Amino acid sequence: MLANWPLLSLLIWLPIVAAVPVLAAGQARADTARWLTLLTTLAVFALSLGLLGRIDLTDPTMQIQENAVWIESLKVNYHLGVDGISVALILLTTFTSVLVVLGAWDSVEQRVHQYMAAMLMLEGLMIGVFCAMDALLFYVFFEGMLIPMFLIIGIWGGPRRVYATLKFFIYTFFGSIFMLVGLIYLYFKAGTFDLATLAQVGLSAREQAWLFFAFLLAFAVKVPMWPVHTWLPDAHVEAPTGGSVVLAAIMLKIGGYGFIRFSLPITPDASQEYAWVVIAMSLVAVVYVGYVALVQEDMKKLIAYSSIAHMGFVTLGIFVALALTRNLSNQDAARLGLQGAMVQMISHGFVSGAMFSCVGVLYDRLHTRMIKDYGGVVNVMPWFATFMVLFSMANTGLPGTSGFVGEFMVVLAAFQSNPWVAALAAFTLIIGAAYTLWLVKRVIFGDIDNPKVAKLEDINLREALVLGSFATAVLFFGIWPKPLTALMDAPIAHLVQQLVLSKA
Amino acid sequence: MINLNDILLLAPESFLTLAACVLLLVDLFVKPAQRSVTHYLAIAILAATGGLVLHGPGAAGGVAFGGAHVVDGVAVVLKLFVLLCVAVVFVYARPYLRDRNLFVGEFYVLCLFGALGTLFLVSAGSLVMVYLGLELLTLSSYALVALNRDSPLSSEAAIKYFVLGALASGMLLYGMSMIYGATHTLDLARIHAVAASAEHPKLLLFGVVFVVVGIAFKFGAAPFHMWLPDVYQGSPTAVTAFIGSAPKLAAFGMAYRLLESGLGGLVAHWNEMLAVLAVLSLAIGNIAAIAQSNLKRLLAYSTISHVGFLLLGLCAGTPAGYSAAMFYAISYALMAIAAFGMILLLARAGFEAEEIDDFRGLNQRAPWHAFLMSLVMFSLAGVPPLFGFYSKLVVLKAAIEADKLWLAVTAAVFAIIGMFYYLRVVKVMYFDAPADDRPMAPGADAPARWVLSVNALALLALGVYWGPLFAWCGRVFGL
Repeated sequence: MLANWPLLSLLIWLPIVAAVPVLAAGQARADTARWLTLLTTLAVFALSLGLLGRIDLTDPTMQIQENAVWIESLKVNYHLGVDGISVALILLTTFTSVLVVLGAWDSVEQRVHQYMAAMLMLEGLMIGVFCAMDALLFYVFFEGMLIPMFLIIGIWGGPRRVYATLKFFIYTFFGSIFMLVGLIYLYFKAGTFDLATLAQVGLSAREQAWLFFAFLLAFAVKVPMWPVHTWLPDAHVEAPTGGSVVLAAIMLKIGGYGFIRFSLPITPDASQEYAWVVIAMSLVAVVYVGYVALVQEDMKKLIAYSSIAHMGFVTLGIFVALALTRNLSNQDAARLGLQGAMVQMISHGFVSGAMFSCVGVLYDRLHTRMIKDYGGVVNVMPWFATFMVLFSMANTGLPGTSGFVGEFMVVLAAFQSNPWVAALAAFTLIIGAAYTLWLVKRVIFGDIDNPKVAKLEDINLREALVLGSFATAVLFFGIWPKPLTALMDAPIAHLVQQLVLSKA
Repeated sequence: MINLNDILLLAPESFLTLAACVLLLVDLFVKPAQRSVTHYLAIAILAATGGLVLHGPGAAGGVAFGGAHVVDGVAVVLKLFVLLCVAVVFVYARPYLRDRNLFVGEFYVLCLFGALGTLFLVSAGSLVMVYLGLELLTLSSYALVALNRDSPLSSEAAIKYFVLGALASGMLLYGMSMIYGATHTLDLARIHAVAASAEHPKLLLFGVVFVVVGIAFKFGAAPFHMWLPDVYQGSPTAVTAFIGSAPKLAAFGMAYRLLESGLGGLVAHWNEMLAVLAVLSLAIGNIAAIAQSNLKRLLAYSTISHVGFLLLGLCAGTPAGYSAAMFYAISYALMAIAAFGMILLLARAGFEAEEIDDFRGLNQRAPWHAFLMSLVMFSLAGVPPLFGFYSKLVVLKAAIEADKLWLAVTAAVFAIIGMFYYLRVVKVMYFDAPADDRPMAPGADAPARWVLSVNALALLALGVYWGPLFAWCGRVFGL
């Protein structure tokens, strides 16, 4: 019976539909809205675990497909499907959403019902992005996502929230509209928006180059890559905790996912030819942005820059893989690079989500994010300090945490492509350790200078649940990443096979 | 030779003419307190006309009066949406007009005559009918703009509209006379034959230029847009809602009749002119809108930019382009009417709700209406999954299909710039605190509230399920 359910549609629409009663509950019944949202996200998480039962790990193609005609005259279909890569990201989304709702339980007080409804809509749309097999459908989810996020940052954000949210919206929109033009162009080449068909349509080198840069613009803004990253620190700093967590843990991953779903299969030759551009941008991100993170005085800004540096590893892994397949026909290393990029995405989802949650915990108590206002937190909040140190270690890529696995794989792959690239990338592990540990030193350890810090109370059960869940995930995948790599192995091997073939 | 078939094909127009005259008479005997009789009667007339368009004796289509009046799929679609728009305007306008002592029969009769002009215009099969329909529409509009006689702003807008409108009509007429001189006929089908032939006279090309100018003026395309912001701002909002919706559909119908039905053979000449107009409109509309603080004026500039998009579809010069442009015109009319409807609903005696600042903190005072307005704004901005995105999508698609990739990219760039001012409206509603404690209860008029909710939610519903409407637009162009 379970096998016949339209599981993917359910995952997408359940949270979106549930947003209506949550909205209707109103501020007067805020608790109803909270519980309803929590139950919905838990139900969606449980459903998404069902994906694991239904997916065939050896099959690299899209599975659990649903296909219905959407717009007949344009041959646009409501076509959904998942492979291991999508499933991993969907699970990340549903898992994080539960924790975001829990995290916002008391810290959001104004217009709770609207906040919760926006979060639910956001969750549904993000799952939709990872399921869409039709380019137009993908674009609709991809852009639709901006609306709830725009409101979340703008309504519940910090003092400069309006500037930040407008910048976020217009930046992202700017990136993606050229992708739309590119997709329409592809539509005339292939006669369809179906992604599988688009991956097979023949394109000249010139066409591929244009399309590649259109896609690059869209996804580079989303990831975000240097030099189009400037919206992220603003958005992160001003967003409420939940918004930051979703932004860092999931939305950034959509950029990386886009490279894997669009750039690589549709424009393999251009991706190969211009891989050096992306690799260079990634290296700048990991090195330069790492240094920028070092001088930040705002905790959220520091973590935001650290996110950019870590996402640099993702794009590095993806495009190093290209160089490896074509130039050196070293397919094993290419798979390693892609695997590393994907593991890094998932791991960064957990780690950055956890780091922002930690900052949220502190912010809820002192209402400041400035590093200088803290110090000696360990003396009054030992449990919190334990978690924070653990996540910081994961952020620096300490072996045993999930942060290590992905970065190590990417560096290994990069080394087989070009030792210098690997050396530069590995060098940043040191900078990463520097800014993260220095942050911990200044916030957690040392003496208490600020009398307000002395009065802090340790985390309550709800916060412990949120941080504990993140910690479990970080440690689990750090010690035993096999389930994750096994999930994504078949589609990545298939993708590498595709990359070898030229389309021009 | 007039035969019965000709008369039958003209059934909706004949009915509307008679009914509007009857309404004028009925209104004379209605006491001001019972003016709602006029209101409901006017809506009933529109509904009946719509019924005649759809199921009347001439609904099957055909050509009447020796080609002067054409009833085809394009005309039917445009007529239905024009009638719908006018009816919705009536519903929105009633509380607004009543609060301002403008609740008079003239408003309804003039709007009905304007609608009648539109009906003739979109069915026109000869240059004379184009001109007659257009003048009936614009003369009604001039009078409507001046409806509030005591307002200097309205009077100024009306004079400006009249002078510039007369100039544009003169241009159009001059162009038509040249076309007549070159082709020796007023019949669009016969002009089409001459224009399609290889050796068309130079004079014809000269006429095309003036015709395009006339069309551009009626659309409000830059650089012939000067009248638009002042007229939108100066008119009573109820009149702006009328001018901002139905006449855009009429302008599309007129452009289609003149350029495709008449001058289709010269597409290579006029599509370049339209491309220039499109780019200028997109640029001027979007950039000037950023600086506006008055919502009606902002919507005027936004109209100019939307016209740019619409022209992009037209200048593709293919059936796919026309159907995309028509789809765009319909979607724009639905969005514009919802936006003006919101202003009408929030206005009350002594308070126009037309400054952007008047919408501050609307989410705290009337969350449902803030939600509806944000749907309208996101739709105008072209964010999926709202209707406005898909109309932009099909226009871009038509442009790319017609090898106008650079125009499509330009339009996309200006769409980003345009995003800013729509977001600003959402921003003041959701992120800003209310300017004062005055209650911003949306008008108590229940029908207006309900219709507005349906109108705004339709933008979402059509965004999710736009296939049938799009297929309909394609079908009437033989796609």
